[in-house]
Amino acid sequence: MSATLAKGINSFKEVIDTPIASFFSSCVHCGLCAEACLFYTETGDAKYTPIHKLEPLRRVWQQEYTLFGKLGKTLGLSKPVTDAELEAWEPLVYDSCTLCGRCAMVCPVGNDLTYMIRKMREGMAASGHAPEDLVGATTRAVTIGSPMGIKWPAVLAQIKHVQNETGIEVPVEKEGAYYLVLMSSMEIINFPEYLSALSRIFKQTGVSWTLAQDAFEATNSGIQIGASDLAREIVSRIVVAAERLKVKCVISPECGHAFTALRWEGPNLIGRPFGFEVKHILEVLDELHTAGRLKTKGKDKRPLTYHDPCQIARRGGVVEQPRRLLNEVASDFREMPDAGVMNWCCGGGGGVSANSRAEPLRLQVFKHKKEQIEATGTQTLITACANCRIVMEEGLEHHHMKVEVIGLTELLAQYLVEDNTP
Amino acid sequence: MNHLDLLTFARGDALNWALILFAAGVVLRLFEIFGLGRKADLAKPRTNSPGSGWRTVFTRSLPPQGLLKREPVTYVGGYVFHLGLFATILFFAPHIEFFDDLFGISWPNLPSALVDASAVASIVALCVLLAHRITNPVKRMLSGFGDYLAWALTLLPLLTGYLAFHHLLFEYTLMLSLHLFSVELLLVLLPFTKLFHTFSVFISRWYNGDIFGRKGTAS
Repeated sequence: MSATLAKGINSFKEVIDTPIASFFSSCVHCGLCAEACLFYTETGDAKYTPIHKLEPLRRVWQQEYTLFGKLGKTLGLSKPVTDAELEAWEPLVYDSCTLCGRCAMVCPVGNDLTYMIRKMREGMAASGHAPEDLVGATTRAVTIGSPMGIKWPAVLAQIKHVQNETGIEVPVEKEGAYYLVLMSSMEIINFPEYLSALSRIFKQTGVSWTLAQDAFEATNSGIQIGASDLAREIVSRIVVAAERLKVKCVISPECGHAFTALRWEGPNLIGRPFGFEVKHILEVLDELHTAGRLKTKGKDKRPLTYHDPCQIARRGGVVEQPRRLLNEVASDFREMPDAGVMNWCCGGGGGVSANSRAEPLRLQVFKHKKEQIEATGTQTLITACANCRIVMEEGLEHHHMKVEVIGLTELLAQYLVEDNTP
Repeated sequence: MNHLDLLTFARGDALNWALILFAAGVVLRLFEIFGLGRKADLAKPRTNSPGSGWRTVFTRSLPPQGLLKREPVTYVGGYVFHLGLFATILFFAPHIEFFDDLFGISWPNLPSALVDASAVASIVALCVLLAHRITNPVKRMLSGFGDYLAWALTLLPLLTGYLAFHHLLFEYTLMLSLHLFSVELLLVLLPFTKLFHTFSVFISRWYNGDIFGRKGTAS
């Protein structure tokens, strides 16, 4: 056994816990998880069945943590997990799973398959079987500070641009601010509207907030590739900045996995509860709106629909907030079939969009989103994740659809009641 | 050994040993699962949702939206098989007497004709599910020796019970002995096959409900 394979198998052994043992024990091979998976429904290829993607992990569990499996292993009767097998499994574990969690909602015996894939990726990465592009993104996130290689000067340039456009000062390194605002690389490069919208909304609502020079990036490719040590390092930057600036709450941007990384994995990665709250931007906006501080005027008359990002809705619990906000600013908001916690993934979550090898498959499975959008008859698509947004823009273009994609924060800012007194 | 001796053995030593091995197997498997433990979740739950694990233990018995339509054979077959099996095991008068002898508790039974129909429905469902397992590409890919063994282990008690009840195939005493042996074989192997989901389903569903409950989206 090669050293890297041994590391991978060890890592598999380390991640297997009571929930995983109960999940593998319960599986009756009914195949229903396939019916919930975008990659199976859109290709009809049985190899994309979620539980099948976990086969190497299952065998390690059986051979290491069950009496008969151990006996079989000792007697040389069981099939060991090999490098060749993990290599063959890499596209199943990374290219065709967006960690969307739909399968975990339908499994009749209650298996949280996403929980298992997330953990399995730890062993895949340790054994050297993670996609090259994700390795690159993670390396850049650790060494440069952002998976897309963005440094503070780029953020500063955007701040200046936003200040010129809005005439509102963007606070930086302001100790004692209530909120620490994070962004995703995608927003910094492709969607400067987000920061501009936030500045205007926070000015109108009188919220104190700040950006931090050493913790502006919210994304965390460590949790996508499955490298908890790196994920810890990335998340620690945010924790250190939040504690240094003594903020009460850190706002996760319009990004799916960033919310999972910070809100759900963060405290577990650093090994202690946070002394501050973590909220998704939609939760903050909804609270400000409910408190009567965020006021809007007029409504968008275009028929529009909302795409629930998996990590925000199904795996994040932010489901009602976007609907309350949308109904405030849109007069013809239409739900997609399966909207809410059972929504279908855009096809690019969980690191898939950063993995160029997966692109043809991702564009193929976008068919489902296409059908969902078409069922609403709308040409305006609202969402709350910059990654979903760019993935859907590419998918829409690929399928020749004339649909505009807008971030919800940005849409709200368009209908903001603004006090223009300086 | 004549048929009566065989039945005496099936009801006596064989049953006792099967029950002992079954209990030991279940305890071992539970120990294997719970012995691994899990780390405490340090992330603050969205809502305090006590009991969300237990709720999911029940709610997961219902098909999620849209799935019944996509996979009617699995759902309808699954329901008919499980309900038929439970009705047969728990509400057949001779079974209740058997449990009464063994544990000293009894409950009202269902008419034999109804239990008979349940058993037949259950057998038919098992056959349909086997055909589906062989023809459906996903199920066929997932299936191995263990799946077909589990199927056979489940079918045998139903089939032998049905034949004994109707005095078919073999002489009644012999058939009844075979029925008992098939149940004993099932008991001994249950903990070490996927049939252990009889127990572990409560654990796995509980964790699912707990994990999603903390996020505020438990089903």
